[in-house]
Amino acid sequence: MAEKEYAYYAGCSLEGTAVEYDMSMKQVFKALGVKIREPDDWSCCGSTPAHTVDHVFAAALAARNLSIIEKMGTDTVTVPCPSCLTAFKKAHLGMTADESFMKEVNELLDEPYSGGVVPKSTLQVMLEDVGLDAIASKVTHALPGLVVAPYYGCILTRPPEIAQFDDPENPVSMDKILEAVGIKVADFAFKMECCGAAFGVPKRDMVNRLTNRVLSMALEAGANCIAVACPLCQQNLDLRQSQVNSSLGTSFNIPILYFSQIMGLTYGLSPKELGFDKLVVSADDVVRSRITIEELAKREAEAKEAEAVTKAAEKEKRAKAKEDIKTEET
Amino acid sequence: MRVGVFICHCGSNIAGTVDVARAAAELRKVPGVAFATNYMYTCSEPGQEEIKQAIQREHLDRIVVAACSPRMHELTFRRTIEKAGLNRYFLEMANIREHISWVGLDKEANTNKAIETIKMAVAKVMQNRPLYSSSFKVNKRVLVIGGGVAGMQAALDCGDGGLEVVLVEKSPSVGGMMARLDKTFPTIDCSICILGPKMVDVAQHDKIKLYAYSEIEDIKGYVGNYQVKIRKKATYVDWIKCTGCGLCMEKCPSKNSYDYFNFGVAPTRAINIPFPQAIPKKAKIDPDFCRQFTKGKCGVCAKICPTGAIDYEMQDEIVTEDVGAIVVASGYGLIDMDKFPEYGAGRYPDVITGIQYERFLNASGPTEGHIVRPSDHAEPKTIVFVSCAGSRDKSLGIPYCSNFCCMYIAKQAILTKDHIPDSQSYVFYMDIRSPGKGYDEFTRRAQEDYGAKYVRGRVSRIYPKGKKMVVVGADTLLGTQVEVEADLVVLATAVTAAPGAAQLAEKLHISYDTFGFYVESHPKLRPVETNTSGVFLAGAAQGPKDIPASVGQGSAAAAKVLALFSKDMLESDPAVAKVNENTCVGCLKCKLTCPFGAIQEKELRGGKVVANVIETVCAGCGVCTSTCPCGAIQLSHFTDNQLLAEVNAICQK
Repeated sequence: MAEKEYAYYAGCSLEGTAVEYDMSMKQVFKALGVKIREPDDWSCCGSTPAHTVDHVFAAALAARNLSIIEKMGTDTVTVPCPSCLTAFKKAHLGMTADESFMKEVNELLDEPYSGGVVPKSTLQVMLEDVGLDAIASKVTHALPGLVVAPYYGCILTRPPEIAQFDDPENPVSMDKILEAVGIKVADFAFKMECCGAAFGVPKRDMVNRLTNRVLSMALEAGANCIAVACPLCQQNLDLRQSQVNSSLGTSFNIPILYFSQIMGLTYGLSPKELGFDKLVVSADDVVRSRITIEELAKREAEAKEAEAVTKAAEKEKRAKAKEDIKTEET
Repeated sequence: MRVGVFICHCGSNIAGTVDVARAAAELRKVPGVAFATNYMYTCSEPGQEEIKQAIQREHLDRIVVAACSPRMHELTFRRTIEKAGLNRYFLEMANIREHISWVGLDKEANTNKAIETIKMAVAKVMQNRPLYSSSFKVNKRVLVIGGGVAGMQAALDCGDGGLEVVLVEKSPSVGGMMARLDKTFPTIDCSICILGPKMVDVAQHDKIKLYAYSEIEDIKGYVGNYQVKIRKKATYVDWIKCTGCGLCMEKCPSKNSYDYFNFGVAPTRAINIPFPQAIPKKAKIDPDFCRQFTKGKCGVCAKICPTGAIDYEMQDEIVTEDVGAIVVASGYGLIDMDKFPEYGAGRYPDVITGIQYERFLNASGPTEGHIVRPSDHAEPKTIVFVSCAGSRDKSLGIPYCSNFCCMYIAKQAILTKDHIPDSQSYVFYMDIRSPGKGYDEFTRRAQEDYGAKYVRGRVSRIYPKGKKMVVVGADTLLGTQVEVEADLVVLATAVTAAPGAAQLAEKLHISYDTFGFYVESHPKLRPVETNTSGVFLAGAAQGPKDIPASVGQGSAAAAKVLALFSKDMLESDPAVAKVNENTCVGCLKCKLTCPFGAIQEKELRGGKVVANVIETVCAGCGVCTSTCPCGAIQLSHFTDNQLLAEVNAICQK
């Protein structure tokens, strides 16, 4: 990979509720040798509160950041939060496709944005720019008991004309990355199902019900952990898990990890630097199950040997039984 | 020259917004016009009589009829003036209905426009030359493309009418989609039991020559005289020797070949006879799966065949047949499941298509008529049918209704209850479309007597949960969301044009619509004709159609062929391109642009090469005339001088 520097726009969630996403993402990028730089004086991306009211204003908020990034001399910004990503992509695609819209938006800005920055999710940079081979080459540890349900949420790949990445109904990018670092991935039917989004505030009952569906489907799929790439999904599944348990009488105890946290564990990084202490549902069991790949190879070899021994014993037993019958007959 | 002008009122169609009397008065002032009048219905018998009498009385030698589109009545009036002793090409029509009275409300402006349009026609008719059609012999053999129920019906009717028929079928057996169906609506009679005898008739008919597993390679010629190249695809089995005993199929070690006949419901062998009633009942090797072809060694079937029919070296063969007319009955296709990511895009084994379900129901299908879930072969108890899977969905580019799905879903729901009495069917539908004879009663029976639960609403997604498939949809009558935990989901996938329909249309020079369905000559009055004379349509190639409609159209197409062949000679249209050999420089650009292959090289005495138009092949499109750099090629009846006369007429004040 060429020595390219990416702009890295963390956004507001990653300073607060999703600080562990930010910590782990930066650690993983560092481990992979991907250079990232945060833009100075970044501001709101223009998502939900702005775009529900005024599209020009929302685009202007996004474009202010894009314009700062443009002046940094980089042509790609990588964005961990899908909400920020959608805001950036919408502004970027809208402005580059329509000159009059670009003019309208730029009139609100001190420094105009001229369309020179491509926004990409961190998943997309991992999959397309870093590549699965490079991702796999950094693995030092294994998590043998872990089965992960990859949960993408609603907007990471949708709408397809904005996202322009992965399949809108059956995305596989996170599956591939997790498999590359040696994680067992469950076939999860609710990859895109609604988590309840921001309705946790006005309609808690409904969000509990939706979250419950996602959590139980993950268990159904045989997973014991859910991987996410969105701060809001993580919050609804992690923070509200106890609310679901108390309101619906369930007993979920499923750790909800950012895919970058899982990658970090397999790269041998410490749980502290990956922000595991910020989780509500404890992932201590996951961390404790971690072994080195050498240890894993040893265990696998032992298991294979043991299997061979039992097989040989069984074979002997069968042969003996046959002989017994023969002698009896004679 | 004495031109007569007849302006039609067309009831109030024209006279309502055009002052026909003033137009007639104005036309009388035009030089060359000897007579001008207006009449209530010029196309009626007294109207035509009026023209004939005026020709005699006023000694008219050119006629202009200002009325509707020439597509409507040009032929009518040509016959009229011919009966009065004029050459039929001394007629011009001015379209003052579709082009004027129907499109504008301003009577004053309309009348002025009508006067100018009629003046153009007068100018043109004065330049017209008498043209005479020549006649040519008709080859009274007919080609039928497609051996489904529509094609077989057309072939049998033509054969019974005494015509020699060449029937070309793409797949190894005739029968088409109908051969795959279990029962037919609304009578629940066994599909193959009513189709089988027809298939046998096709095979045994002494007038029908069947090319199975063959495709149309190329078509040349014109009505009455087509040369058709047929590609007989290699079956790797000598069908003269093959007795259809099926031993090879039993012994073939390649057991995982895709079964095209059963739409992949279960695997078949690499050498196979598609189904027990196949006509011809001959084996065929699928080289994509045969080990002799994929791995280079096997030879089991060659060893086992009692007649030594296996020939791994067989090549495709091209044969040529001469025919005089063509019936196209090439059938339809079905949309792929991968167009429905929300329904799993084919990833879930227990989400299948209607035609696949049909094979499960069928006693000679892979499960011998036992309905099972593909995933674990358990008997399903809750079955959900999703209608309009792709149909009437603009986002998939299919705005049309697939015509027969509502009916076959009702049939499948009834049959499901017959097969599994303790089962429950659900049908998600948009509308129930059952306008045929006995159809609505049938869909009511599915609901009232067989307890199928009809839910009016769309299915938004299907996902697996344990062994069940959860179907999430809306019930728009109750205004709620519905979830059904189903054992099996059947999608009524949309009907599409048959694969390769567009390529075949181009070989035939017939038009097809945006969706690939062939376009009839007139949607109401010429439903089986195409705009290429001698080519007729039957069955779902023209649009989604059920069995009764397909059979009806097959017979209709046969009747058209028999009518065409009732004459020994056909008349050619003289309004075709003509080369002036004195000015032609022999560049032959016209030959390159002619879409019909109607232009050939001709060497004159003295070695000069010129273009030559084959009159019977030329369709009179005029592409060559605009291509010719020296104006040597002219379209008779539409020459440069004739068109310029019209332009001059409209430009003069």
